Amino acid sequence: MSGLLYLIPIALFLGGVGLAAFLWALKSGQFEDPEGAAARILLDDDLEADESSQRERMSR
Amino acid sequence: MSASATIACPSGLEPAAPSENSGDIDAAPFVRRAKGTASLDLAIFGAKCAGCIAKIEKAMMGLGGMQSARLNLSTGRLSLAWRDGAVSAADVMKAIRALGYRAAPFDPQLIEADHDAEGRSLLRALGVAGFATANVMLLSISVWSGGTEMGEATVRLMHWASAVIAVPSALYAGRPFFRSALAALKRGRANMDVPISLAVILALTLSIHEFFAGGPHAYFDAAVMLLFFLLIGRYLDHRLRWRAREAARDVLALQAATARRLDADGGAVSVPAREIRFGDRLLLAPGDRVPVDGVVAEGVSYADLALVTGESAPVKCAQGDALSAGVVNLSSTLVMVATKTLDTSLIAELARLMEASEETRGRYRRLADRAAGFYVPVVHSLAVATFAGWLFLADAGLRVAALNAIAVLIITCPCALGLAAPAVQIVAAGRLFKRGVLMKSGDALERLAEAQSIIFDKTGTLTLGRPMLTNRDEIPADAFDAAAALARVSRHPLSRAVVVAAGPGEAAADAAEFAGLGVEGTWRGQRARFGSPEWAGVSAPGSQAPGMSAWLAIGDDAPVRFSFEDTPRADAAAVIRTLSDMGLEPELLSGDRTPVAAAMARALGITRWRAEVGPREKAARIAELVAAGAKPAMVGDGLNDAPSLAAAHASLAPGTAAAASQSAADFVYLGDRLDGVVEAVKVSRKARARLIENFAFAALYNFIAIPIAVFGLVTPLIAAAAMSGSSVVVILNALRLSGKRGAKR
Repeated sequence: MSGLLYLIPIALFLGGVGLAAFLWALKSGQFEDPEGAAARILLDDDLEADESSQRERMSR
Repeated sequence: MSASATIACPSGLEPAAPSENSGDIDAAPFVRRAKGTASLDLAIFGAKCAGCIAKIEKAMMGLGGMQSARLNLSTGRLSLAWRDGAVSAADVMKAIRALGYRAAPFDPQLIEADHDAEGRSLLRALGVAGFATANVMLLSISVWSGGTEMGEATVRLMHWASAVIAVPSALYAGRPFFRSALAALKRGRANMDVPISLAVILALTLSIHEFFAGGPHAYFDAAVMLLFFLLIGRYLDHRLRWRAREAARDVLALQAATARRLDADGGAVSVPAREIRFGDRLLLAPGDRVPVDGVVAEGVSYADLALVTGESAPVKCAQGDALSAGVVNLSSTLVMVATKTLDTSLIAELARLMEASEETRGRYRRLADRAAGFYVPVVHSLAVATFAGWLFLADAGLRVAALNAIAVLIITCPCALGLAAPAVQIVAAGRLFKRGVLMKSGDALERLAEAQSIIFDKTGTLTLGRPMLTNRDEIPADAFDAAAALARVSRHPLSRAVVVAAGPGEAAADAAEFAGLGVEGTWRGQRARFGSPEWAGVSAPGSQAPGMSAWLAIGDDAPVRFSFEDTPRADAAAVIRTLSDMGLEPELLSGDRTPVAAAMARALGITRWRAEVGPREKAARIAELVAAGAKPAMVGDGLNDAPSLAAAHASLAPGTAAAASQSAADFVYLGDRLDGVVEAVKVSRKARARLIENFAFAALYNFIAIPIAVFGLVTPLIAAAAMSGSSVVVILNALRLSGKRGAKR
């Protein structure tokens, strides 16, 4: 049973990582535009324009 | 039409056709400026797919000086930022329109209020509760299944770990419920959140006590699982209301009230309507909506009063005539002088009438609240009776009595009740949304399902709100072609109706419009006039039948009469019939003239009707029906209907309705058809049935679970199984509502 002494903390830690990831995603706006995110992966014909706009957004 | 031709949307959903009479809204007053950067938020209508994103963002980045352009496809919102001075708001609007999309600016004040803070905090609570539920379950299940094999020290370790996770999580995730329960108790009422909070807090304290006392059972898992399920219901409910509000805001943005103010030197500046002061001179182009009450100072034009009074025929207005806010200028440019500000205009007065009516509706108690009102005292007295029974009758001691009383509270946890209503409502809202009906609040479903009669406004509701040519067969082909050629240069609704009937073609050479009179031009070498009787040289006024008419005179030939009517929507008669078959008695309340309203009532088979009723009389009639217990539903679109919409037991408005009416209505249906009303009634009745089934199930479940708890047979395992089982059953029952029958069109 002594295995529990580290198995429980490991389980809790993993759960905590999941929770932290969820809270981070929520905070960083990952759920702001689910439909747009699904559609944007299809945009590939204008990579260049997209990258430059990306850069400008990053630099803001 | 041209808009839909330029769009090749792979999703197959074509954008909403731009409305004919409204030009672009001037976005300039809505641009925010800071540190040399101008930013603007626009509602984009018609964007549906990846192609739309690419097209719009690319076009925006193509404008010189644009720094960022991001389209949110879920909310249909485009956020732009550019170097101040490099592009004008008008260029932006023009570029979007050139792509075939329709755009409307958001008022910066609305954007401030836009952040969904409550939804975020509910989601965070849901995340924490989910984490806690999963981890505590991990520990609890090993205790339950480990049973006798597990040493006492190990069980204590498990309980200790559970407590460390569950107590802070439950206190954090339970805050929405604790707050609401406290607020209800302060008002001397008990809502559903009172037993929820009580169950959570007691389950935690009992478990902590049991842990220190060395007892075998702990209910940490029950407490967090209860919160997890209930938060799902709470979040669904919140999301529903938030999406409805967002949709309503988009509509409001479309009607963004701006005006062009004339300066002393004659230049025109766009200003938001709320900045208009008494005495300002405003320029009204054809198609513009009058922003505040005022009088005409220069020009002669026709005005559309349909949204204000329900009058269907255009009204001529000239210098000195009063214009109330909401009137649409139709044919030629006017200059008006504001006599009131936005806060004191007709719209504001109607808004006050609405507020008064809405108070009565605010007293409506939802089914869930009524169930809670019955449920709360029963459960609490049962818990007390259990405590007393074990303590005094069975003489089992304080600890066992308290344990069993708390078990009663936990097992009767209103999981099923708390989830039942939001689950049904969100499924119903999704089904209605697919059919083009937006639902503004969850209890609207219950109110509409209860309605016993249905009151219709005429102009713009039963009818399309625009005249159609009715006597085409009587008109000689040559005269018809001549009229169409003349009408093409005019924006008057009757001319428009002739053009619609004739289809595309050439306009007559040298045709010109004379405000308030008609059009004159040359047709096959002869002078032709189309317009009012005097204009066409009709001398006998006795020949005027009721309804709208225009006359055509070519050379010295006898004038030809063109008759028009505001025709009912294509499915109006069928909808009225269906509704009366469903037990809703239809009634017509119109602000229009008596013969017009009478003809309409006859055509649609409505036996109860009244004409020439003003906004106050309409609202009074509704109040009369409400007082008689008839629970009337109201369907209307005009500003004059807004107070009645607010007063009615439930209300619906078409997507073309005035902003005030849309915000007063419970449901807004889009498109040219009226069958959204039937769909809304059908879905709300079904939703009510599902809701009652869910409550019945919750009652049945409690009927079985309570005796088990009262006699002290509940273990944490039984509590957890019962709780999740009942929640799943109510959600599955709610999903039945979305059924396959709803999918077929």
